[in-house]
Amino acid sequence: MSNVKSNGGRGEQLLAWIDERFPLSKMIKEHATEYYASKNFNFWYVFGVLAMVVLIIQLITGIFLTMNYKPSADDAFASVEYIMRDVQWGWLIRYMHSTGASAFFIVIYLHMFRAMLYGSYKKPRELLWLIGMVIYVALMAEGFLGYLLPWGQMSYWGAQVIISLFGAIPYVGDPLVEWIRGDFFISDITLNRFFALHVIAVPLALCMLVIMHILALHETGSNNPDGIEIKNNKGPDGIPVDGVAFHPYLTAKDLVAINIFLIAFCSVVFFAPEMGGYFLEHANFEPANSLKTPEHIAPVWYFTPFYAILRAVPDKLGGVVLMGGAIVVLFFLPWLDRCEVKSIRYRGWTYKFALACFAVSFLALGWLGLLPAEGVYTLLARIFTIIYFGFFLLMPFYTAREKTKPVPDRVVYHK
Amino acid sequence: MSADEGLSRRHFLAVATSVTGGVGIALTAVPFLSSWKPSARAQAAGAPVEVDISKLESGALLRVEWRGKPVWVLRRSQVMLDRIEDNTYDLRDPDSNDSDQPPYAKNEFRAIKPDVLVLIANCTHLGCVPTDRFEVAPADLGPNWVGGFFCPCHGSKFDLSGRVFAGVPAPTNLSVPQYRFADDNLIIVGENSGAAG
Repeated sequence: MSNVKSNGGRGEQLLAWIDERFPLSKMIKEHATEYYASKNFNFWYVFGVLAMVVLIIQLITGIFLTMNYKPSADDAFASVEYIMRDVQWGWLIRYMHSTGASAFFIVIYLHMFRAMLYGSYKKPRELLWLIGMVIYVALMAEGFLGYLLPWGQMSYWGAQVIISLFGAIPYVGDPLVEWIRGDFFISDITLNRFFALHVIAVPLALCMLVIMHILALHETGSNNPDGIEIKNNKGPDGIPVDGVAFHPYLTAKDLVAINIFLIAFCSVVFFAPEMGGYFLEHANFEPANSLKTPEHIAPVWYFTPFYAILRAVPDKLGGVVLMGGAIVVLFFLPWLDRCEVKSIRYRGWTYKFALACFAVSFLALGWLGLLPAEGVYTLLARIFTIIYFGFFLLMPFYTAREKTKPVPDRVVYHK
Repeated sequence: MSADEGLSRRHFLAVATSVTGGVGIALTAVPFLSSWKPSARAQAAGAPVEVDISKLESGALLRVEWRGKPVWVLRRSQVMLDRIEDNTYDLRDPDSNDSDQPPYAKNEFRAIKPDVLVLIANCTHLGCVPTDRFEVAPADLGPNWVGGFFCPCHGSKFDLSGRVFAGVPAPTNLSVPQYRFADDNLIIVGENSGAAG
């Protein structure tokens, strides 16, 4: 017999029944209705939730794509065309998935830049940043693996170039490349295993990492545009005086952001799914041909900053090391930055200037990575590569003696 | 049995169990990791291919496929051979010491017979297929270009023997596959040229 004593309605009785067996109300309180975040969030604080929305879009559209896609060298290209032409609404599902890939990176890059603006990677959120970086690397792997699946010319040669990067590692390089491909060239075998990794292994890891990321966030509490720890100033009720409950206050704000995002997302899906060759590259409308490289090969836009760094170095191993280093150095950000002040609002001109240089060089490298590696472009890529690394490697010096402004005790509003 | 003894016994058991379990996991990983290596079928598919060059004209390039890789067979003209000998370019590995080729192709022409060049057409940088640019001094490659191969992906340049130029991303010369002449006009790519020829 039920030992529920509640006098409430059936809904409350059911909830009480569940709560005795599973911590549902407890979890809702801990992560939503009694999770307090700063009340002065600005628009930079919507990209985390938008990343979740894109993840869900990718998971759902991805599951439906696998129902018609065939991961074999003979059938892959034709099965994608089949999805586009013959499957009812197949074009919409596929364009949502391909646009979702680019949207994911736009959102994630803005999310990461937010952390750099407001010092969200600093103590006590170092682990939060590291988990986020692992998510970013997993996402790059996911994007790369997925790009081979349509088995077009750019799929094939993009994979050829990226897998060959591992060949630059001394001694183990060549056997490693063969091990990754599972063949002496990129073949049906490679496609089949990339499919397995793209639809099972990496998404599973991504979902678990996202849960860890949110748990770590809710342990330390969210940062805010003032970079103040709101937990240090609690009212008599034990609630931070500058905090508001995530639900309903911040979910209401997030819903507006999700609406605006979906309007933009759908506009691309409906009117510019190829985005002029940036989201879906023109060369990929030709089936893979292992004997002919397209005239101009460039990765999809979200890899181009790193690709430009690779090409800037006139040495195979050096290029690969620098390209990998450009990603690895991001992991060390919490320890490279010696400044105590978190938010850019109260930091000195040196960091503001350095961050601006970094943003410009990242965008410039992204643009250069799309262009052929010739003459002045190579020179520019070298200059911006130096600025990119300068931002990180000089950081311990220019942040140690930074002239900061006084940080207020309470969060403030800037009208 | 004293308390200390019990603890050290527990410690020993914990370590022994962890080590045994760890070895078990490591050994279990072997078949999974090995399953990624080229399968027996993939290895068997790497059979040699025959290339008939009786109709290959002087200065012409033939493309064939071997182990899924593009292979070039170039019949070099006397002019081309002269250009290789006169090459004044700065080559990274002119004597092919660091490059991949069978011993019988380790010479200036990187070939068994100087006029017939057999190369694996994957750039040694990141595997793109270079384009054949046999014209002299084209606008994009500069006035000193006397013909060779150019990789459009990352700008590596090779001479008419597939030798890499200095100052480009490719680290070594284009690879020469194993091959032999069955007769004057028939090449077997994938089989070694024995001492008997």
